[in-house]
Parts: sequence; structure tokens; C-alpha cells
Amino acid sequence: MIEHDVVIVGAGLAGQSAALAAIAGGAKDVAILSKVHPVRSHSGAAQGGIAASLGNEAEDSVEMHDYDTVKGGDFLSDQDASLILTESAPEMIYALEHMGVVFSRTEDGKIAQRPFGGHSSPRACFAADRTGHAILHGLFEQVVKHDVKIYSEWYMLSIIVHDHGCHGIVVMNIDSGEIEVIKTKAVMFGTGGYGRIFQTTTNAFASTGDGAIISYRAGVPLEDTEFMQFHPTGLYRHGILASEGARGEGAYLINGEGERFMERYAAGMMELAPRDIVSRAEQTEIDEGRGGEEDGDAVYLDLRHLGRERIMERLPQIWQLSRDFQGIDMIEEPIPIQPTAHYSMGGIPTNVDGEVVYDEENTVLAGYYSAGECACVSTHGANRLGTNSLLEACVYGDRAGRSIAKYLSGGYEERPATPQVFSDAVAQATERADRVRAMDGPERLGDIRNDLKVAMTNKCGVYRDEGPLTELTDELREFRGRYARAHISDRTRRFNTEFLEAVELDHMIELAEVMVAGALARKESRGGHSRRDFPTRDDENFLKHTLANRAEDGTPDLTYKPVKIIRHEPVERTY
Amino acid sequence: MPEPITIRVKRFDPETDAESYWQDYTFEPPSEDSTLLDCINHIKWFIDGTLTYRMSCRSAICGSCAMRVNGGGQLVCNSQYRDHLDADNTITVEPAGNMPVVKDLVTDATGFWEKIRAVDPYIRSDREREAEGEHLMSPEDFSNIDDASTCIMCGACYSECASYEIDKNFLGPAALAKAQRVVHDTRDEEQGPRLARLSEYGGMWDCAHCFACVQACPKPVNPLYRIVDLRNEAHRRNFHDNNGSRHARGFVDIIEESGWLDEAKLPLKSVGSLKEFVTDLLPMGIRMGVKNKFRPNPMHLLPGRHHPPVPKMNEITKIIDKTKAADPADNE
Ligand SMILES: Cc1cc2nc3c(=O)[nH]c(=O)nc-3n(C[C@H](O)[C@H](O)[C@H](O)COP(=O)(O)OP(=O)(O)OC[C@H]3O[C@@H](n4cnc5c(N)ncnc54)[C@H](O)[C@@H]3O)c2cc1C
Ligand code: FES
Repeated sequence: MIEHDVVIVGAGLAGQSAALAAIAGGAKDVAILSKVHPVRSHSGAAQGGIAASLGNEAEDSVEMHDYDTVKGGDFLSDQDASLILTESAPEMIYALEHMGVVFSRTEDGKIAQRPFGGHSSPRACFAADRTGHAILHGLFEQVVKHDVKIYSEWYMLSIIVHDHGCHGIVVMNIDSGEIEVIKTKAVMFGTGGYGRIFQTTTNAFASTGDGAIISYRAGVPLEDTEFMQFHPTGLYRHGILASEGARGEGAYLINGEGERFMERYAAGMMELAPRDIVSRAEQTEIDEGRGGEEDGDAVYLDLRHLGRERIMERLPQIWQLSRDFQGIDMIEEPIPIQPTAHYSMGGIPTNVDGEVVYDEENTVLAGYYSAGECACVSTHGANRLGTNSLLEACVYGDRAGRSIAKYLSGGYEERPATPQVFSDAVAQATERADRVRAMDGPERLGDIRNDLKVAMTNKCGVYRDEGPLTELTDELREFRGRYARAHISDRTRRFNTEFLEAVELDHMIELAEVMVAGALARKESRGGHSRRDFPTRDDENFLKHTLANRAEDGTPDLTYKPVKIIRHEPVERTY
Repeated sequence: MPEPITIRVKRFDPETDAESYWQDYTFEPPSEDSTLLDCINHIKWFIDGTLTYRMSCRSAICGSCAMRVNGGGQLVCNSQYRDHLDADNTITVEPAGNMPVVKDLVTDATGFWEKIRAVDPYIRSDREREAEGEHLMSPEDFSNIDDASTCIMCGACYSECASYEIDKNFLGPAALAKAQRVVHDTRDEEQGPRLARLSEYGGMWDCAHCFACVQACPKPVNPLYRIVDLRNEAHRRNFHDNNGSRHARGFVDIIEESGWLDEAKLPLKSVGSLKEFVTDLLPMGIRMGVKNKFRPNPMHLLPGRHHPPVPKMNEITKIIDKTKAADPADNE
């Protein structure tokens, strides 16, 4: 058995920030564990920017940032969390800059900032169009500097929760295939999102929601998973992101007829309205027959008027991506794009100190922390504004790390788990691993995964409706059955990626179930959740967070908890 | 439907195979514009689940999927399969080079990461984490670190590095590019000691300019050019007391004399001491002499010109003068 005071699961912005903060706060024995090497974490793919009201390019303030965030979230944000986020932003950016993160600059040497959807002032700090990469590598530099213990390419299989406290995790060393327990005083999850349950997604293959489901299976509810953000500009059919930074720099959206259609949906902010609004506008254009490409399933992002120089200076990566993946030179031609699954607003419920809470009263589960995209402290409410999630991963990762340090130095009380608890946990994980490695049915994992994604996209996508959601609920039960009859051909132990993909698919199916249950029960339209049969927001009945608990029979059981409304009363959202 | 293609993969399973072997997969790619990664995924998901490799972002940013395609290191996610077909509609895929193979296309990158760690890849500054606003950095200073900072640590360059292949002490292209990024970062306060260390054996002067890294690099890092940036900076700051620098300056001196590159003379200019001459150079010279690879000329030990100048020597002098005038610091 391995032992550490703290294990941080996930090495994206949230995980690495937490590790560094825990160490800065005095924690001595901190380890990071990740299924991919830290710099391969999906945070590196973030392009457009990270928000902070520095005011380097125009008048800005924390109050404006805070209000934009809450309004962008369609008033489902917890307002204590959004205020902390926006208040901490400038200091966080400076801290990153001081540790060596590379940022693009203004003529006078300050951090450059550009406009972003739903933000009323240019407040996206950026490193060209590879902001996530710059921060991820900057944090990793510090992890190297502080010589933090890293378990790179180790896969977490389960978390050990016993007697209202967390005691460690069960992991597999991917290289050897061996299963072990890591016994801890505190565990933190920064395991990222779950966009992979949709057909076209900007997310990496690793974004399968492991952490969220592992937590759910250990008895912690999942919050607000029905709020999935669809990004308006994924490259058509590939899903690879063309950053909102493109529209921040002035790019237009046009339909198959060459019309700048946003005029009809958000005449004020046009292309820079929040993502839920723009994606719905695109979907409507497509559904009403004004799309482009052979199947009419695309609209276009037009950057031609920005000119070569601006494109190559500010958006070089997406120029390259659309050239490599679509064979199109965006300097000369508009690029086909489509709404693409992008960001999970919901997740593991936490309070503003990164502590995981497990009921309507926000009771803390001792020794268990979470932050970043897998968590739901609910700064983003029903719809996240672009550039707020890198910020959230850093700010709340940092806060979780600091809480851990405090917990270890003061609040931690030894609540012994018997050796039996650990051996049971290993036995369970081993039994599951053996079962997966022995799967010998007729179903191909690849087919099940594809069918799941198609079903989710068609029936739980940008627009939702009672009929299709009900069908989907039944289909998902079938997916579980198909999974039980699946086949695996790699039965070895060492570096068995087929095994890992099988485990991830199991997580994805269950996540889909939780999401669909939440979507079916939420009979209103708010932010990233749009019901055709209930097209308006219903504050009277649904100004509340969904909590899905796993029932005895494995199905989601829904309850709700109130939204923290402090400064901003909900009003109608227009742009 | 696209035409069938064959992907020929070098395979190895540590649990069952004594040696690696080739396996051919012939199939119709998922679509005309599939990337090479899409095709490899197609094999894994629909033909042979045992095929093992790393990948995650599929958009050339996580650095997971570097391997050898038709003999050269590169990512497989950022180009279409059609660009790699040979005359038989075949693409050959092997694990990255210069690293031990773990399983199929997965290699053990421990050595790669050790090199990165060896350059202290982080800003050293006393001002870290004091929140008093950002350090100012001009767009020009940003542009000096812009290219190097696009590195995704995929190891494609390292896979192909000829200098590392023959001398495992060499830091290699990725680590040196990372070093350039910190050396040229105006926030770093340790440029001097860094350049001194990087001038030692295994550092910036041990690159043999084969350009393989530039060809392999999927990003605008172009490691060799970053190594040249480091060398220029080292000269600018007078880090002359090392063989690499002496070699570079000796090169110019020799050309200046007659326009000829007298290769026998170059090593003499590069060694730092009589001791090194006696212990390293002389034995090597004798061995080369014995094998008839080089005819010793005692005249070389005397100062001055040993060849008549090349025709148009004045043109060469002009080029050298112009270069020196452009950046006088380089030639102090
Ligand atoms: C293409 C793209 C562009 C984006 N652009 C922006 C932007 O410009 N601005 C912005 O604010 N946001 C952006 N976002 C969103 C933002 O990047 C993410 O929300 C954020 O980076 C998530 O960080 P994280 O640390 O929570 O998770 P991640 O960076 O996804 O890291 C998850 C970590 O968990 C580990 N992990 C997961 N499961 C396991 C397991 N079972 N065992 C062990 N380890 C595990 C992974 O290995 C990884 O290290 C973008 C997202 C995408 C997809
Ligand atoms: S899969 Fe990330 S670089 Fe290729």
C-alpha cells in the first residue's frame, strides 16, 4: 500500500494549481496522479483566454465581471462562488505571470486582453490562441521546480469513502497493470469534463468523466449535469475547436446563404453573445434549412476581413488546424463549423473552499476536495462564459489546495479505517478489472461507444424534448445491457489501453444516464439546457440545482438544492 | 468510399513477444479526409483492439501521439492519411526513436523528461508570486520566446536527433528549446549561470545541425533555430571559454584567412588547453593518421595562412564584414 498525506487526481489547471497551493500552504507529502502525463491534460487545448478585470485595454471592474458571469449563467450561478471567482481573478493572473506563464502583450508591455462572448469588456488575457497550453506548461514548470511526486500514467479506479470520510483511492499503474491502494488524509479530484459522450466534441479522448462517476458511485451526488455547453464553433464534423477568440478578434458567423444571421438573435452583441444563445441560433439556422455543406449541417465562421497579419499573429493555431484538418485557408475562405459539445457546467458539488458536499444542506465529506471542470461550485450556473473556466480551474484549484493544507495542519482528525476497508476496495477493483479483461461477448466496444454518442447528440443535444429524452432513457438501459455483452481482445496487463477504454465507456454510459435524467426532469429552458416543449425559463419551479444520487438499483434519484442569490436578482436575459 | 489502404505497424507486446514484428492492416479509411490518427483508431476500435499507442487531444496540442511514420518522427493526429501513402497505398508506422519501446507504439519517455528537468525549466526570479501587477514585457521580448513556448513536448524531435543517438549526454533539441525559452525570458534573473551550464559538454554546442528536429517538429519551435539563438546569446555575453564557442569562432577565423575551410586546423582552434590537445586530440589524430583519414601537416601548428586565398576572396571578406557589422556582439 502506498501512502501520502495528499493525492491530487488530475494534472490539468485545477489539479496542478491545487498541488502547488497545498505545498505553499505547508503540506509536506503531496502527490499528483494522472492517467496522462501532466502536460497532456486537456487544459492544454484551451485556446482563447482567461478572464480577469485587469482593465488593460478598456475600463473594467470586478462588479462588471461578476454580473456578466451570473447573467451569462442564466442566474443559476451561486453568487458567493461567482464573486470569489471574479474578485480573485486579477491576483491569479498576476501570480501566473510571476511564475513564468507566457502572455501576449500590449504595446506598452502589459498583458493583452481581448473581447469574449458575454463579457461586457475586453478581459480575456491570452497567449496567442494557446492560452491553456501556456498556463498548463507554466504550472508544470513549478511542479518540476518543487519536485512534486508525480504518478504519471496511473489510472484511478475508485475512491475509498467510509464513515463520512475519504481515506484514499484505488489506482492502476498503467505500465504494469497492477492495482494498488493509495492511502491518504486528503484526496482532491481535478479530473476534467465529459464531452466525449457526444458525437462531435472539442474534448480530448481522455475527457470521459471518470472522476465524476467514480465520485457518484461512492455515494456523492452529481449536480446540474444536464447543463452541457455546446460551443458554436467546432470545426464541422471534426469538432476541433476554433476558439471564440476568433469572434473576439472580429470574425463573423454566416449561414449557407451568406447572411450574418446573429442579427436576428442577438442584435446587440451579435457574434459575441453567450455560447448557449449562439449555438441555438446556429442550430435553428440549420434546422430551418439555411445551413451549408452537403448535408446542410454547418454554418460558417468568416475571418477573411481580419486579414492575414492579424490572423497569423493572434490566431495562428486555428489557422493551422483548419488547414490541416479541413484543408481550408481561412484567410481566403470561410470555414464550416457547427455546435459542438464543449463544457460540462455540472459535476461534483463543492463549497467555495473546494470541499466536496454531499447533500441539500451542503454537508462536507471530510478529506475529499474537488475543483475544475469535474466540480460544480457553480460559478457558471446554467452556462459558462468563455475564459471563465481556466480561471475557475486556477482559482478553485488554488483554494482547494489551500483548504487541504489548512485541514492537515488543523482540522484533520484521525478517523481510522480498518485494514478491511482497504482490502475490500482493492478486491472490488480487482474483481472489476478481471471481469472487464475477460469480456467475451459479441458486441464491439467501438460500436457501443459510437451509438451512445449519436444517441446523446440527437436526443440530448442543443435542443431537447420530452419524447426523445424518454426514448433515450430506455435506450441507455439497453446500452448497459450491450456493454455487459461486449468483447475485449487485449487480455494482457501491461499498458492495456483497450481495457482503459472499456472502463471509460462504462463511466460514459452512466454519466449519460445522469444527464438525461436531469434533462428530463428540468421542465424549463435555461442556459445550456433548452427544452422545445418548455421554451422559457421557469424561476418559480426551477431556480434550483439538480442533485442526482445513485439509488440502490443504480439509477439516478433526483433532489434539488437552492441557488445562492445574493446581489443579483434574476431578470430576463437579453443581449 | 475511400480506397482501401494498408497500414503496416511495428508491433511488440512485452508479455508475449521476444522481438518486435510487422503487422499489416488493410481496410477502408473512415472517410476521405480522415487523419492518420483516425485510421489508427479505426484499426483499434473495429479491427484489432490490441493495437496500443498514446493519443488524447487529436488536435496537435497534447503531444501524446508522436511516432515514426514512413521512417520520420511526427504526430499522427495533424495530417491526413492521404499525405503519407506510398506507391503501394501503404503507410509504415513505428514507435518513436531514441526511446525504449514499452508496447507497440508506446515508448518510455523517462530519458526525454530527465533532459527537460536538467535545464531547470522554470523562471528563476526573486519577484515570483508577489502580486503587484505584471512584469512589463514588450511585444518584441514576447516574440523572442513565442516560438519556443509553443513546444508541446511530444518528443518527435528527440526521436530523430542524430546527435543524441550517438551521445546520450547531449541534452537534445526539446530541452535546449526549453532552455532558450527561459534564457530569453526577460523575467528570468539567471541567464548568466544558465548560459555557462548550457555551454558545457552535452549542451548547445553539441548539436550537429542535421536539421532532423526542424523537420520533425509539428509546431513553430524549430529546435535547431532555438539552439542557434542560444549560441548567439552565449557569444553576446562572452561565454567563449569552451570548445563549442572556440570552434565557431575558429571557423570564422579560418575562413577569414583564405576562404578555405581547413578542417585539420579547426580542431586545433577548438581545444581549450595543451592538456586536452595531448589527451584527446593527439591520440585521435594519430588514429586517423594510421587509418589514412588525414595527413598531418606540422605547418598547422604555426600561426598564419597555409593556403592561397580562394578566387573572389574579397567577396567572402565582404560577407564576413557585413555579418559582423549587423551584430557586432556575435564576434567579440
Ligand atoms: C478545446 C477547448 C478549448 C477551451 N478553451 C478555453 C478557453 O479559452 N478559456 C477557458 O476558460 N476555458 C476553455 N476551455 C475549458 C477549459 O479548458 C477546461 O474546462 C479546463 O481546462 C479544465 O481543467 P481541469 O484541470 O478541470 O481538467 P483537465 O485539464 O481536463 O484535466 C483532467 C485531468 O484529470 C486526469 N484524469 C481524469 N480521469 C482520471 C483517472 N481516472 N485517473 C487518473 N487521472 C485522471 C487527466 O489525466 C488530467 O490530468 C476549453 C476547453 C476545450 C476542450
Ligand atoms: S493526440 Fe494530442 S498531439 Fe496528437
